[in-house]
Amino acid sequence: MQPLPLQLTVNGQPRQVHATPDRSLLSVLRDDLDLTGTKYGCGEGQCGACTVLLDGQPVFSCITPVVGAAGRSVQTIEGVAHGETLHPLQQAFVDQTAMQCGYCTPGMVLNALALLRRNPDPSEDEIVQHMQPNVCRCGCYPRIVAAIRRAAAAANAR
Amino acid sequence: MTLPDIPQTVDAWLRVEPDGTVTVFTGKVEVGQNIRTALTQVVAEELRLPVSRVNLVMADTARVPFDMGTFGSQSTPRMVPQLRRAAATAREALLDMAANRWEASRDDLRVDDGAITHPETGESFGYAELAGGRPLRVPIPEEAALTPADEWRLIGTSVPKVEARALVTGAHRYASDVARPGMLHGKVLRPAGFGARLASVDASAAEAIPDVTVVRDGDFVGVAAPDTSTAAWALAAVRAQWEVPEQPSSRDLWDYFKTHPADPGGAPPPGGLVEPVVVGAPDEALAGAEHTAAATYTIAYIAHAPLEPRAAVAEWTDGKLTVWTGTQRPFGVKQQLVELFDLPEADVRVIVPDTGSGYGGKHQGDAAVEAARLARATGRPVKVSWTREEEMTWAYFRPAALMELRGGASADGTLVAWEQQTWNAGASALRTPYRVANERAVFHATRSPLRQGAYRALASTANIFARESHMDELAHLVGLDPLAFRLRNLADDRLRAVLEAAAERFGWGELQPAPGRGIGCACGVEKGGYVATCAEVLAEPTASGGVANLRVVRVVEAFECGAVVNPDHLRATIEGAIVQGLGGALWEAIDFADGRVLNPRFSQYRVPRFADVPPIEVVLLDRRDLPSAGAGETPITGIAPAIANALFHATGLRRRSMPLLGASARPR
Repeated sequence: MQPLPLQLTVNGQPRQVHATPDRSLLSVLRDDLDLTGTKYGCGEGQCGACTVLLDGQPVFSCITPVVGAAGRSVQTIEGVAHGETLHPLQQAFVDQTAMQCGYCTPGMVLNALALLRRNPDPSEDEIVQHMQPNVCRCGCYPRIVAAIRRAAAAANAR
Repeated sequence: MTLPDIPQTVDAWLRVEPDGTVTVFTGKVEVGQNIRTALTQVVAEELRLPVSRVNLVMADTARVPFDMGTFGSQSTPRMVPQLRRAAATAREALLDMAANRWEASRDDLRVDDGAITHPETGESFGYAELAGGRPLRVPIPEEAALTPADEWRLIGTSVPKVEARALVTGAHRYASDVARPGMLHGKVLRPAGFGARLASVDASAAEAIPDVTVVRDGDFVGVAAPDTSTAAWALAAVRAQWEVPEQPSSRDLWDYFKTHPADPGGAPPPGGLVEPVVVGAPDEALAGAEHTAAATYTIAYIAHAPLEPRAAVAEWTDGKLTVWTGTQRPFGVKQQLVELFDLPEADVRVIVPDTGSGYGGKHQGDAAVEAARLARATGRPVKVSWTREEEMTWAYFRPAALMELRGGASADGTLVAWEQQTWNAGASALRTPYRVANERAVFHATRSPLRQGAYRALASTANIFARESHMDELAHLVGLDPLAFRLRNLADDRLRAVLEAAAERFGWGELQPAPGRGIGCACGVEKGGYVATCAEVLAEPTASGGVANLRVVRVVEAFECGAVVNPDHLRATIEGAIVQGLGGALWEAIDFADGRVLNPRFSQYRVPRFADVPPIEVVLLDRRDLPSAGAGETPITGIAPAIANALFHATGLRRRSMPLLGASARPR
């Protein structure tokens, strides 16, 4: 297979990569662009560790071919904070200690970000439904729900 | 291997930097248990520093004192006192230096915020100024001047997780994120079954792929390539024939355990071998008891399934080997590499970045060994990252267990005899903590069809599940409330305290009975931690004797492990253990046949998810008068028996095997 030149917008920046069409968006982000905040967890879209936003929608980057992201906008965990200032959702994860080993955290934050953009004031049930694809093996689920609610409350108070 | 001595001078453990920060060196590994924060806060406490000025170097074998590993809930009971003693000794030494400079009495000086002040003159020296960049080669006395509990300002408080920012921004580099200049990606050919021998291999097609190196060494076949997809392509092009030996499958397991004692010279089980215990005359006491119960319980093999699968990067430079990997035993992995490559100890360095969890599952250095072999053959740094299927097949498993119990009670509900025999899993928590005059406790080491090893709480999960289920069965026969029956037979005040605390918060006895609703409790002690769990479930029996629509609707757990170092993080650990324990209690089981795991993927192996988690309340009993024990393991042990007992209460169905919902439970 021959590598193809592909244009992506990653965290607002235009990026060109050369990748064979069989490669996943996950491997290109991690190995070619050194954006290692996006994690491999299962390779079959079952754990959400690899979640990124593609044109604002959460996708499993492990089963998204990189060619499917060509010409589109990708947001990874590295593009969530504003410079040194954490995004309120990231801050809420810190404030609630909504992580233990932290390996699932980037995927959790990005999937939750997509939820809050669509629904700024989700109920607990809506959060649980939306976050169901994401696995935390350390079992921080109640704290993650609390962090998402806290971030929503903070945004709605402004 | 003889174990190195643990150094007892301050400079081995900490250093005052020119900028006034303190760097601490420890062989412990952060795997999500928040030990990085706990150790930071105890050093900051003893040195009267803000947490932000203490930095930990963890688990880098070239920089930290030897450490056995991060397991057994030992980081808090052992490393906390070690670092407190080192830091307190450093503080006293710095105080002496300041007193000498001023020719003042050290008792007149004040230590605060990383500086020592002369109250009369107002003069002050920072630690950096006093230390002057020199190592503090001061012996650490056994009785160092530790800060007493009533003066703590950091220990016992919820210091925020120190590395949280690096985690929420994705900036932290786990072992699987490490990249080195010129690095290749490696993949290893996996056998067609456990214990298989390589009969023949044809790697010519793989070798023909540009930039691919194929490495063969006995039964080891690996490939290295510039990117992961080329490596995967090359591995798929290797043609191999394997001879897979006959071996038992999941369905044969319980008979297998009974008929296959361990080889006397074989590896000891996790937690070690123990001699049978016989107290009093258990057979006679059982024969004479008013009420007797006898039952067999089992628990399945399960996978740790850490979200970060095993990974390693290996780099050889001038014959010296450096490996970055996620492991709970950095020095153990170093030793593995030293022996495999026959290198001097000084030529192997293992660096363990904070790791994407372990739960007891990352004791071995498999990925490190694989990466090192490929790196040596290619002359380039190589990364090996296991897939989920590899992780759930070729790592090791929590041991399965078969347990036979007999219990006897008098007419008034006094326990008179207890017998527990456990095959395979281990002896942790094998002895009953209840008061009983006649007891037999026997652990039978057996051969294991699957590679097995440590898992959070070792065999205590199995043994406490069986014991606490059997206590419930006996309570039912006696006609006593299960909580009352336990309390009647408990001698241990600390265990009684957690059981009463959990029951009170839960509102035991206050719930209105309703069809299909049940409550259950369980308690236990292990590794210095005392746990009691109460659960409420909804469930319906089916016409065929099955369970339908089981839902855990509420859990309360009380825990006591001596003085609490960080209440928020302790709560998080306990909550997480309960959530993880739900998986083993209800669904998780490794299915295997003919040397293969049949469900090595998350699509086939159900782990707890958001919707599975009931409201959880944690009650902490803080005993500042007692040393701190660890908490990473014991809190996982109560949930399964509490649910099993609640299920019985709700439906009359006694489930004696974990997972309670059987191997048919598949991901939704």
